[in-house]
Amino acid sequence: MSEQISHHIPEALIAAYAAGSLSKAYSLVVATHVSMCDTCRASLMAHEAAGGAVLESVAEEPLSGDLRKNLMDRLDDPIEYEADTNTPDGIYPGPVASALRSKSVKWKKLGGGVRQCIIDMDREGSARLLHIPAGKPVPEHSHGGLELTLVLQGGFSDDTGHFDVGDVEVADGDLEHVPTADPGVDCICLAATDAPLRFSAFVPRILQPFFAI
Amino acid sequence: MATMNGTNGKAQPFSEQTLWMLAIRDRRDKSAFGKLFDHFAPRLKGFVIRSGAPAGQAEDIVQDVMMSVWRKAHMFDPERAQVSSWIYQIARNRQIDILRKEGRPMPEALKAEGNDTEPDAGQVLALEQETDVLREALNRLNPDQRDMIEKAYLGELSHSDIADATGLPLGTIKSRIRLGLERLRHELKDLR
Repeated sequence: MSEQISHHIPEALIAAYAAGSLSKAYSLVVATHVSMCDTCRASLMAHEAAGGAVLESVAEEPLSGDLRKNLMDRLDDPIEYEADTNTPDGIYPGPVASALRSKSVKWKKLGGGVRQCIIDMDREGSARLLHIPAGKPVPEHSHGGLELTLVLQGGFSDDTGHFDVGDVEVADGDLEHVPTADPGVDCICLAATDAPLRFSAFVPRILQPFFAI
Repeated sequence: MATMNGTNGKAQPFSEQTLWMLAIRDRRDKSAFGKLFDHFAPRLKGFVIRSGAPAGQAEDIVQDVMMSVWRKAHMFDPERAQVSSWIYQIARNRQIDILRKEGRPMPEALKAEGNDTEPDAGQVLALEQETDVLREALNRLNPDQRDMIEKAYLGELSHSDIADATGLPLGTIKSRIRLGLERLRHELKDLR
């Protein structure tokens, strides 16, 4: 399954995900990549083991007298097992598929045949799907902060290398790159940034699509 | 020394925590849950207070987390995660739910319900040993490093700060967990 993946999530991001200190958009990329990559899943679980070691070592706090009894009294309450909705759908691993199921999302044209679909956006960042026609480039763009791009279908290349299904490209704000989709099959990626989207009227209309990448 | 149920009647020196958790998972054993509670609940309270929960909310979180441990016990798998890692992850999820008012994206679950096989005792023990090594390594750190590691796993550092917070040897435990994952993939393939 993960044998072909050669570009992984950086260690610090996996640790931050385990600790719960990553934005939702980055968390979506990490959770999706981990669903595809056992190497990174093992990393994540190792960081959870380190978190468990910290949990074991923090100073204990005394509990109120009735907490234990209240809890023990509830153990016979019926348990409603919820169906697992974090399941894949076609090319979309569970975390993306469930994000797509939970809200109505729209694909929008970005020009040059490239389309995007925003699946999450808040003050801390945004996550979107990008659909790039086979053999076509994504218009040149730079971005404010860290950009994570995970390939879900097809593949792409830019100055930094070649990225196949499951691979993650990690680009910082300095990188101006022109990713070009492999020939043959359209490329679909999940991309996350920490820069909020700005569809401001002050941004010239023609530039808007590129700010949104 | 308690014994593992089911494994050819052979005594397995698993840790107490693992044995409690297996008793909860396999037999819905309430007294084992009581012991697990007595061990973890005071630590969980200390943990959630240190990671920013208001004192008034801390016990609610402890209660929610321990209730999830009871309800999600079928998901516990000692070949891939120690009890403390598993509870850590549940506790972080609960705190993020409260903080952000929505769940964080999670990786796909590893296994479907109802395909429990006998745990591989060698794998479980090896993972326990690696976790002990990790705990000892944490205890040996100098106070500054240790404080940094604690802050990182309590969720107090950004990912760019975490890049500098090194000091725990995670390589061997990763390889060990990876072996557990490979065994699972193999089992799942056989089931198809």
